[in-house]
Amino acid sequence: MSPDRRTLHLLFAFVLAATVLLGSASPSGAQEPSDDEREVAVNVVDRKGTADRQDDEPVGGVVIVVTDDSDVEVDEIETDEDGKATITLPGEGQFTATLDLDSLDEDVGLPREGRDAISIDPNRARILNFTLGDRERASSSTWDKVPQLIFNGFSFGLVIAITSVGLSLIYGTTGLVNFSHSEHVTWGAVVAWWINVDHDLHIIPAALIAIAIGAASGAIVNRLVWSRLRSRGMSLVAMMIVSIGLSLAARSLLQLLFGGVFRPYRQFYRQGGIDIGPITTTPKILWMIALIIVVIVAIASLLQYTRIGKAMRAVADNGDLAASSGIDVDRVILFVWALGGGLAALGGILFGLQQQVQFEMGFRLLLLMFAGITLGGLGTAYGALVGSFVVGMFIEVSTLVVPTELKNVGALLVLVVVLLVRPQGILGRAERIG
Amino acid sequence: MDWQFILSVSLTTAFGPQAIVFALAAIGLNMHFGYTGLVNFGQVGFIAIGAYTVAMGVDTFGLSFWLCVFLTFFTASVWALVLGVPTLRLRTDYLAIVTIASGEIIRLVLRANTFTDTTGGAAGIQNFAGDFFGLNPFTGDRKALNIPGTDVGVTYSANQFWVLLIGWSIVALTCLFVYLLVRSPWGRVLKAIREDEDAVRSLGKNVYVYKLQSLAIGGVIGAVGGIIFAVSRQSVVPDSLGTALTFFAYVALVLGGAARVLGPVLGSIVFFFLSAFVDVALREAIEADVITFLVGSEVGVVRNILVGVGLMALMVFRPQGIIGDKSEVAVSVRR
Repeated sequence: MSPDRRTLHLLFAFVLAATVLLGSASPSGAQEPSDDEREVAVNVVDRKGTADRQDDEPVGGVVIVVTDDSDVEVDEIETDEDGKATITLPGEGQFTATLDLDSLDEDVGLPREGRDAISIDPNRARILNFTLGDRERASSSTWDKVPQLIFNGFSFGLVIAITSVGLSLIYGTTGLVNFSHSEHVTWGAVVAWWINVDHDLHIIPAALIAIAIGAASGAIVNRLVWSRLRSRGMSLVAMMIVSIGLSLAARSLLQLLFGGVFRPYRQFYRQGGIDIGPITTTPKILWMIALIIVVIVAIASLLQYTRIGKAMRAVADNGDLAASSGIDVDRVILFVWALGGGLAALGGILFGLQQQVQFEMGFRLLLLMFAGITLGGLGTAYGALVGSFVVGMFIEVSTLVVPTELKNVGALLVLVVVLLVRPQGILGRAERIG
Repeated sequence: MDWQFILSVSLTTAFGPQAIVFALAAIGLNMHFGYTGLVNFGQVGFIAIGAYTVAMGVDTFGLSFWLCVFLTFFTASVWALVLGVPTLRLRTDYLAIVTIASGEIIRLVLRANTFTDTTGGAAGIQNFAGDFFGLNPFTGDRKALNIPGTDVGVTYSANQFWVLLIGWSIVALTCLFVYLLVRSPWGRVLKAIREDEDAVRSLGKNVYVYKLQSLAIGGVIGAVGGIIFAVSRQSVVPDSLGTALTFFAYVALVLGGAARVLGPVLGSIVFFFLSAFVDVALREAIEADVITFLVGSEVGVVRNILVGVGLMALMVFRPQGIIGDKSEVAVSVRR
């Protein structure tokens, strides 16, 4: 990043921080309270049932009733679209602010038990925070959520699948368990963000450029690092440790360049939901699903019918045999890296559209990608697709019984059970190992 | 730039509680990677197990501190079985994949709101090592020990001195233990597994059981490091147990020299000297406006970049580290 762009980013972060600080300290302008009248700022936030602060949304139109210590109503306010409101207390004494639960929309969560009323300390309290979404609505029964969860799992599984094909193919052709694959995913999303936001290009052309850059990066990393290490005769265990080092270095570099925050793309950020039967979704998710299915069909055709695709499968199956039958293994590996880098970038961009762009986004997917390709069968392309899809589906549907914040734990469980029962994976071929 | 200050801070860190924690974590990894050829990317999980067994045992379940220290041997061994049983019959890749997931999973579970009553959630648990510091014979203010004739030296508080005395004693005992282990017939089998698993199997040894034992012993050593991690701060917070810790331990191991008893200890001291040196020197340089393209909060990130690049460079250019033997480090394909 150029120095002046960095300055701009820092300035941006600073202004953002300052806005947030000032905003929460004095939401209605810096008015000094008079002696007998005190103002208290109110924030209402929907935590969406997760510990993750990034998906929090302010809730507007919520009615809050203020009563004094003898339960006499002294004020009634309604939050604005930023979830903010100001209570004016008439004087000294003990007051209680109570959330009117009937004024909440159907689609926002409820506050935790007993947290719908907050008593206002007359001497200290300047800000009251109401958090919603800590308690599930009793009205939506468990089974009503099943279609929605299956749909979420379907779309999330597809994103994992698209990112993990490359990881599995690289493993198949070179034997390398590439822990830095997650950074290829993040890199694609971040490059697209730079082009989209800094250069003000629509996300679709920006994504195409970013995918091309991602593919080139894959090929370059192979040329600069991995093909050299292979020709030095480095063992796969040692290369695995090198890939961990590369992962840590690349992730931290992205953190330095991009900052620690979550940032959305310019387009398709917030879309109104559409209802299809029992499922609520957004147009972008539907387009995303269609796009991924097209790409998967394209990859399958590439592997099945083209010369290079057949060569890739041949090398993955048995490198020595492939080489002796005249296939240029190095060229195939280069192609696999470019394909893997490009697909990782595509997956990263789609993941960034679904959620937001952040330097650790790829790393958060890595565990799921590994669970997926192990489930499908390490080294097989189709296995990676099937396995990732199953993992995505499993972790979303598992939230029926598992708290949302723990859903990724299920992925490890899948991994362990698969290794115990069928270590070669769904589509892998059994071989005697140990 | 105050070089005396920078050197003093670096020395203080190099022999401080953190260096003990990572020396132990790296000794554990040495058992796995150096002697047995297993790649465990979840050593931070064992550190977390050690730290939380003591913190939760004392704070949540009201057990005695010393009982919890013993319990750690049990909990870490169980965790090693959980990781090892499904993976150790397979190629070493599978262990690496499962362990890198496991460290992150432990952190997610520990910080989950759902279990806040037991684990303390994201805020963690504080002040559980009163029994340990109650025995502290040192009193008084912070003391500085300078290298004779200079103003450069280390500075620790009385409580830190107590942690250091016990901690480095444990490191010394652990090194002795590992030394005896790897020279025993059992240790020779481990090294043979690292060199050629199939050959060992053909001699009738149960490779799977040897690997499980190695994973458990190395894990327990890492968990003891975790106890010191928790006790020295009187605090455990899940987010201080990120995956990067495992890689710091790897750098310490490879830097010092894998498959050498003292390699990880030397590596940890040198690693923390260099890491603190870079850290403090960068911060000083930023304060003195020598470096203007960074801000103070980015220094930790820059250090992580250097750690990552350093690990790559070490593996490629000097896999045997400072005191290792290249023929003992499984880095090149010999068959």
